[in-house]
Amino acid sequence: MPDWNEQIRGQLADLNLAPAREAEIVEELAQHAEDRYRELQSGGATEAEARRIALDEIGGHELLARELHAVERADAPESVVLGVESQGRLLAGLGQDLRYGFRTLRKNPGFATVAMLTLALGIGANTAIFSVVNGVLLRPLAYPDPDRLVTIYESTAEFNQASVAYPNYLDWRRESSSFTDMGAFRYDDFNFTGAGQPEQVSGEYVSASVFPVLGVAPFLGRSFRPEEDRQGAACTAMLDYGFWNARFGADPNILGKLLTLNAMSCAVVGVLPRDFRFRGARVYVPIEQWNSVELRTREEHPGLGVIGRLKPGIAVETAQAEIASICNGLARQYPNTNAGHGAKAVRMKDDMVRYIRPTLLLLAGAVGFVLIIACANVANLLLARSTARKREFAIRAALGAARARVMRQLLTESVLLSLGGAMIGLLLARFGTSLVLAATPGSLPRSGEVGIDPYVLIFTLLVSIVTGVLFGLAPAFLAANANPREFLKEGARGAGGGRHRTEGVFVAVEIGLAVILLVGAGLMIQSLWRLWQVDPGFNTRNVLTTKVALSPQVMTSPPGIRLAYQQLLARVAAIPGVRSAAITSVVPLSERNSEIPFWPGTGPQPAQDRMTSAMFYIVTPDYPSVMQIPLRRGRFFTDRDNLASPQVAVIDDVMARHMFPGQDPVGRQISLIVVGPVQIVGVAGHVKHWGLDSDDTSKVRDQIYFPVQQVPDKFMSEAVAGLTLLLRTGPDPLSLVSAVRAQVAGPTQDQPIYAVRTMEQIISGSLAERRFTMLALIVFAAAALLLAAVGIYGVMSYAVTRRTHELGVRAALGASRREIVGLVLRQGMRLAAIGLAGGLVAAVAVTRLLAGLLYGVRPADPATLAAVALLLGGIALLACYIPARRATAVDPVTALRCE
Amino acid sequence: MEDKSIDREWKKGSAELLLLSLLEALPRHGYEIGKLIEQRSQGALRFHAASLYPLLYRLEKRGWILGRWVEKSGQRRRRYYRLTSQGRKVLASQRQGWQTFVEAIGRITGVENA
Repeated sequence: MPDWNEQIRGQLADLNLAPAREAEIVEELAQHAEDRYRELQSGGATEAEARRIALDEIGGHELLARELHAVERADAPESVVLGVESQGRLLAGLGQDLRYGFRTLRKNPGFATVAMLTLALGIGANTAIFSVVNGVLLRPLAYPDPDRLVTIYESTAEFNQASVAYPNYLDWRRESSSFTDMGAFRYDDFNFTGAGQPEQVSGEYVSASVFPVLGVAPFLGRSFRPEEDRQGAACTAMLDYGFWNARFGADPNILGKLLTLNAMSCAVVGVLPRDFRFRGARVYVPIEQWNSVELRTREEHPGLGVIGRLKPGIAVETAQAEIASICNGLARQYPNTNAGHGAKAVRMKDDMVRYIRPTLLLLAGAVGFVLIIACANVANLLLARSTARKREFAIRAALGAARARVMRQLLTESVLLSLGGAMIGLLLARFGTSLVLAATPGSLPRSGEVGIDPYVLIFTLLVSIVTGVLFGLAPAFLAANANPREFLKEGARGAGGGRHRTEGVFVAVEIGLAVILLVGAGLMIQSLWRLWQVDPGFNTRNVLTTKVALSPQVMTSPPGIRLAYQQLLARVAAIPGVRSAAITSVVPLSERNSEIPFWPGTGPQPAQDRMTSAMFYIVTPDYPSVMQIPLRRGRFFTDRDNLASPQVAVIDDVMARHMFPGQDPVGRQISLIVVGPVQIVGVAGHVKHWGLDSDDTSKVRDQIYFPVQQVPDKFMSEAVAGLTLLLRTGPDPLSLVSAVRAQVAGPTQDQPIYAVRTMEQIISGSLAERRFTMLALIVFAAAALLLAAVGIYGVMSYAVTRRTHELGVRAALGASRREIVGLVLRQGMRLAAIGLAGGLVAAVAVTRLLAGLLYGVRPADPATLAAVALLLGGIALLACYIPARRATAVDPVTALRCE
Repeated sequence: MEDKSIDREWKKGSAELLLLSLLEALPRHGYEIGKLIEQRSQGALRFHAASLYPLLYRLEKRGWILGRWVEKSGQRRRRYYRLTSQGRKVLASQRQGWQTFVEAIGRITGVENA
């Protein structure tokens, strides 16, 4: 019998028909020619005659081509994936691929939607994390030449990075030559009065050099002059752009106006640019205006930060070495205060993000797993779909399409899919990032800079292209390698063992990755749960904490301050619902801390490196009753512990064990720097000041309490600067805020409360970063679990469909429903088991990276591993069981009739 | 152009109508359509595959007919065409038009009932 196909195809060659269309026409016409040929033969024509006539009728004189041309070309030609094209046609080919890809996807909206949503999940999660990594770790600081900015710490025996003593800073600045300049700053809250409502604003005392070091020029007015940064100079102030806008309606005549900040009257000299941010301050005042003895001594490190701008070409290490040698000189010059003190210079950006960097890199890794799982799922979808397209591939190959050309077409389709996924993913990312940031406030430095910028967009684009190629590669490779004869011959039922093996591998990998993520999330959940169980040493429930600014009028005299606090405590203690009220200089677990060097006995002060430091709390007598800190021995303070009586202190049991092992500390004397000798009158329980997790390993754990009423006059004004009011309440603490506000305001109505938080909020804030990590890992693990479940379900469903015939035969031969379910389950669970086993082994290795974030649980925690294995095993079982059930519904008769 | 069969141009104008008419009762494949035209016209009308199939495709593209691959036991699959509802309307109006045309020609030429 003549090969009609060949002849007919030859006639269509110039038409550039879509491959599928061309195949159809060829088949139909060949059929016709065949019929005609037989008819002619049965009518008596010779074989050769019949053949000639049949062919002539079909395509004689190019009639067919001409007629078809008119019909088929009417709507644009589709790509014919034929042969190898020359380099020059590459772009044209790409356009063809894109058009064809669009059309194929449009024809299968269900498939396209599922695939794109899967990818959107993976790409969206990656974009979200990258936008965080980009904003926090990668983006340079928003100052000119940010790489030359360094932060310089003092280092002591106890603290690697301590705040700096002001006189030391002055010496560094004068003696070093590595920097164009250095600046110093210190956070403070300012009670801003005299312009409507009294308001507490966060501010910074800054040296006049800070703004030039940062490289910022004011938006309005000028920066501080060096002569304004002198003791005794008239107070000046600079304003944050936002504050100027909000509080002064962007008044262009603000310069020269006087603001009352605390008790100082400061003239505004400048407003900073709109996008300038520095430690969240709203007002800036020259540091020399800080009227505190702490500023003048090398013994104190009153929260002073120092930044410097390196001269061009100077390395951080060089600068570090220079400052270190200056420190050595200072240690020789002032052995009492500076012995053992060095300095540590770090790039400003590294300094800001050093705590969060490992966490973010970890999350970036975790989210990569989610993307790989999504890829595996889509690859499996494509593999399943390629069955439906077998004919298309076969015909193309039969028509002489080169393998590379078919692969390229398929890869174009997968990249199109992933680009679609990326667009949805971008929306998800935007939404997700703001959700996560809102859910975990304060857990990220520079979180204001997190957002979708061109770098994020480029990242997403690259990821989606790489992703598309990645998940398209295996299906494309298998499809392109298909032997056309096999496919065409095989008809409906498929073999293609390679394809099914590939699916199995994908599912196993998915499950393995899901295991790793689940183990990670499980470990984090356990850590946080255990942390919540940790006893902080006091009762965190129903405690309201709020900062209080005293009226500028009372701040002028120490006795006035003492009296004001006593009256304030009496007023708030009388509020219905308040059980007791106290004041403290430092709130445990908040970011603040205060250390004081001390020595045993009442002898002369030894050199600084001979003294140890303790946490120092200045409190009122009711502090233990508000916090419900247990008293182990002796007594706490009373109102009789005042300036007229001997100085007393209460220590915690950690210090008691450490300083007085096996002895009773009550009645013993120690000496505190600046304060002098104090008598220990009681021992209180230890409070986990440094955090539920890290307190046990902190270097300074001893705690000393000292009564507010015994603070010497000369320290009174700075001692009260950071005082916090603590209230033990019966009802929900936050329900009392307005009553507290009213009572604190006082007769002159100029004492605001601010930074109002419950103790539980503070604790929760201290765990913010860990919670952020946990939340992110849970989300990723859930996505991974979902995708893996869908993946194994899809593969098993497909396997059951494929085995319909076989299962029917088995049923016909007497296999019970049970046996058939078992058969399918075994196949699925074998994949799951391989994935689980591999995943568990990998998890043990990978979760080591989490070790730093874990608490009370080891990375290879058997309980977590077992729980994850059970959970995933159960879900895999379910995902296999549904198709298995369906398999039992196969009617043997129907199945066999398919033959 | 003198011919024993009907003129080529005539054929072309009426071809659509012929095809649609043949598909009115039941779906048929291309070869069957060709055969039927030849038989029912007693050999006066013959379509070669080269013009029959492009015409079928054209009608399909217009949405008047719809082709479907049908497999019957023991045979290779064939493409059967059936009339769509739109095709039915077109057929009705073409019939009407043809009727009018033939009558008009008849009145002029004196040929009865073509």
